[in-house]
Amino acid sequence: MVDYESILNSRIKQVKPSGIRRFFDIANEMDHVISLSIGEPDFKTPWHVREEGIKSLEKGKTWYSPNRGFANLRREITNYYKRRFNVEYNPDSEVLVTVGGSEGIDVCIRCLAQQGDEVLIPQPCFVCYEPITQMTGATPVIIQTKEENDFRLTAQELEEHITPRTKLLILPYPNNPTGAVMRRSDLEEIAQVVKRHNLFVLSDEIYGELTYGAERHVSFAEIEGMKERTVVINGFSKAYAMTGWRLGYALGPAPVLEQMTKLHQFAIMSAPTTAQYAAIEALKNGDSDIENMKKQYDMRRRLVVGSFQKMGLSCFEPNGAFYCFPCIKSTGLSSEEFCLGLINSKHVAVVPGNAFGECGEGYIRVSYSYSLDHLGEALNRIEEYLNEIKG
Amino acid sequence: MDELLKLLSENSKFTIEELSMILDEPQDYLEKQIKEYEDKGVIKGYQAIVDWEKISGSKVTAMIEIKVTPEKDTGFDEIASKIMSFEEVESLYLMAGTYDFAVYVTGKTMQDVAMFVSRRLSTIESVLSTSTHFLLKKYKESGIDFYEDDSKEDKRSLVL
Repeated sequence: MVDYESILNSRIKQVKPSGIRRFFDIANEMDHVISLSIGEPDFKTPWHVREEGIKSLEKGKTWYSPNRGFANLRREITNYYKRRFNVEYNPDSEVLVTVGGSEGIDVCIRCLAQQGDEVLIPQPCFVCYEPITQMTGATPVIIQTKEENDFRLTAQELEEHITPRTKLLILPYPNNPTGAVMRRSDLEEIAQVVKRHNLFVLSDEIYGELTYGAERHVSFAEIEGMKERTVVINGFSKAYAMTGWRLGYALGPAPVLEQMTKLHQFAIMSAPTTAQYAAIEALKNGDSDIENMKKQYDMRRRLVVGSFQKMGLSCFEPNGAFYCFPCIKSTGLSSEEFCLGLINSKHVAVVPGNAFGECGEGYIRVSYSYSLDHLGEALNRIEEYLNEIKG
Repeated sequence: MDELLKLLSENSKFTIEELSMILDEPQDYLEKQIKEYEDKGVIKGYQAIVDWEKISGSKVTAMIEIKVTPEKDTGFDEIASKIMSFEEVESLYLMAGTYDFAVYVTGKTMQDVAMFVSRRLSTIESVLSTSTHFLLKKYKESGIDFYEDDSKEDKRSLVL
């Protein structure tokens, strides 16, 4: 008999599976659930983008791409970062095309963090940073951001968590699950601390196109002195509704990108070819698609946030991504109790806030990547549920 | 396009409160705006889009192409007003192309519709010819999908 326990890598075994598995199992098995739990666009990839993918297949362009990604795609990516975020990168040495933003996050953390290092992770946040850090042998250090600060990372909070072993800071803004954004002045304050303590930064800007209101996303690499100590992660999934194509990219200093490219090369060779052809079209001619989708998200955002406020749940105004993060502490229930009750009695699925870190306890993540009609129905049911548990 | 009209044309059941949140406009402004659209006839009415095939004793619909000789002074308008006065006529359009009017007619049976065409429409003086097409299956109407397959299901996975 094989003793799997002794065979398996102990570092991997130590990574905890998601604590809210139980909740997802229930949500996935129940029929006729009205879900507000999905974290990807409900829009289809714009037709002209899909068409370029199809054309490339028709012409039989089905080979590997270069390890770093096609040169013209890398050029379009650098043009885009210059145009949109005012940061210049060299397409030959400072860009890596990856399998979604996720792969970029993985290779970046693996290239930087090692045993003895500490990696700072502001939570609530997307779920992958902590386990990837653990698998490198480095220590994740959680910074709990607060609703009273609009879930932004403050320079003081950052300073308080720095030790001589701190190496890398993860900056996950615009934020999943809170919808928080960091403004230029916030980033400038963070940059001073980063410089003073000689830190490196992974800025996950996958929701960079999805901000609402007059102020747009500012790339951390644009802040003075930060480009040389930042790897920017971005991709096509959220901005162009291209989740299933699995395409993202990393931008950063050449020596770091060189090591990341090595890992990428040996782990997965190259990103999907068809997706790269489609992505070139998206970057060239997709600006108006983004604007249209953003307009729809913004209408939904106002409906959802306004409705929660009307129901008497405190909900800070999210200015990015497509989530809102209302506080349910007033109900006296835990996040999981609230979500289980809601799905059992009203068949509405939302994600318990503690799925995104302990400090998400007392909150729920509500995705508004759904039609207005769907949102309206779900919100009505949530209101009924709230009235019942109050009553 | 006017966002308010677009939203109402997609779903006229949004409450003023919901519209106010979605469009970020005050409720009284939107109420005034809707009233103005109604008064000016921009908004003609509100109705449910019904899939009659799901109701027993469902109706038969036909599209009838009509060729006419336009009248000297009134052109097509006088003829149109005669045709649209029949309650069997659901919609009426003046068309460019090989025929002049497209008329949508509903009746209980095909016989009903055929009788209506031969007795009422063909007998109008200016009508030169008619051609009746019966509607077999409705896939989409007023922007609403009537075709029920699994393509409408949310196929997205819960990935975290």
